[in-house]
Amino acid sequence: MSDRQQTFDKVAELIAPFNKKGVALTEATTFQGDLEWDSLTVMDFVAAIEDEFDILITMNMQAEIETVGQLVDAVEKLKA
Amino acid sequence: MTEATDLMSKFDGLIAERQALIDSGVTDPFAIVMEQVKSPTEAVIKGKDTILLGTYNYMGMTFDPDVIQAGKDALEQFGSGTNGSRMLNGTFRDHMGVEQALRDFYGMSGAIVFSTGYMANLGMISTLAGKGEYVILDADSHASIYDGCKQGYAEIVRFRHNDIADLDKRLGRLPADAGKLVVLEGVYSMLGDIAPLKEMVAVAKKHGAMVLVDEAHSMGFFGPNGRGVYEDQGLEDEIDFVVGTFSKSVGTVGGFCVSNHPKFEAIRLACRPYIFTASLPPSVVATAEASIRKLMHAHNKRAHLWENARTLHRGLTEMGFRLGTKTPDSAVIAVMLDDQEQAVTMWQALLDGGLYVNMARPPATPAGTFLLRCSVCAEHTAEQVATILKMFRAAGRAVGVIG
Repeated sequence: MSDRQQTFDKVAELIAPFNKKGVALTEATTFQGDLEWDSLTVMDFVAAIEDEFDILITMNMQAEIETVGQLVDAVEKLKA
Repeated sequence: MTEATDLMSKFDGLIAERQALIDSGVTDPFAIVMEQVKSPTEAVIKGKDTILLGTYNYMGMTFDPDVIQAGKDALEQFGSGTNGSRMLNGTFRDHMGVEQALRDFYGMSGAIVFSTGYMANLGMISTLAGKGEYVILDADSHASIYDGCKQGYAEIVRFRHNDIADLDKRLGRLPADAGKLVVLEGVYSMLGDIAPLKEMVAVAKKHGAMVLVDEAHSMGFFGPNGRGVYEDQGLEDEIDFVVGTFSKSVGTVGGFCVSNHPKFEAIRLACRPYIFTASLPPSVVATAEASIRKLMHAHNKRAHLWENARTLHRGLTEMGFRLGTKTPDSAVIAVMLDDQEQAVTMWQALLDGGLYVNMARPPATPAGTFLLRCSVCAEHTAEQVATILKMFRAAGRAVGVIG
């Protein structure tokens, strides 16, 4: 399994507790449109991602991340 | 010819939501007009005498005779407005006077006055933190702090409200040598809770960050000299910048920042919300100066304000209302409600009974809460506070919020 796939799986695992509607996750799943997260949920989720990977995702970066795939890419980059 | 895309259509959702609220038969809580203002605590709304419990007039300075006289004198001597920027033609005698009053009030070497409190935060945050630097802010920060972040070029990092460990963790993940500004508020104005500044400032200093504290809702009645929560917690030598406003305890309009930084004056040369706007009218800065000088010695008012806050908090708690804080921590007492419908109905019942409070809802409030915000004034008499409690009991029972 590639590093990126591992990151995707971990991200998916962390999305699960917040995925109230049980939306199927793909690279293209959007946080706002598909998962319908409000800003508070985003904050809790981002904190979980940051703690898991020991990274920091600034609000500037968050504004650019719309899909699960983009988040996985950002995590990969920040871990490097 | 292509038909123009209507840029206003993005507001359809907002318009519909507001219409639904009005159609439910309530008074629009966001369209109140005060037809007369009789004192810091009384106004006429829809032809009815109403007690004001939703202003930020904490120290009741708006009708102080010395304050009003100072404004009249300045209006007559210097005219109705300045026409210009502080940097060019908009600095008059009383702008210098009010900045000196601020230096005296805070015991600091530097003071810069802005045209509003909103612009003070907008200007200070966007100017202090530049590209490649970091602003670290509390998730429940006021809109002016968020907007100050957006206005600038720094990287923005948010931590959980009043969470010392979370602040520590996030600061620890930032590059050690990057410039960092931690922005805190003394009193968070929606719930009326205060920040554990002592611990948070210690964490900020440990990571080499500078600290800005917004003391908008504490000026005049926290700390031995009324300087704010930071003074109350003994942090006079630890805070780099204090931001405040004239529109709350001072009783007029305007904003400011005070600091002991030796290079503080440079802000005037670089800060766009300071430079590219008109300065405050002479009468406004003159009333602010008179008010600030009186607030230095307003010990009785301060004591009475706290007494009112304690009485109201105890009374509402005993009736069974759920409040934003367990103890009367500040002059803001938030009555927590279940949803928008209950909040609006309760708000309307109070207004019909002759009491004005603020209705607040997301996104202004934290965690999707609906609340009625009561702001206590030093000029509320003990009788008024007793009346207010009776009004809350009647409205609360009628609406079914309390038994």
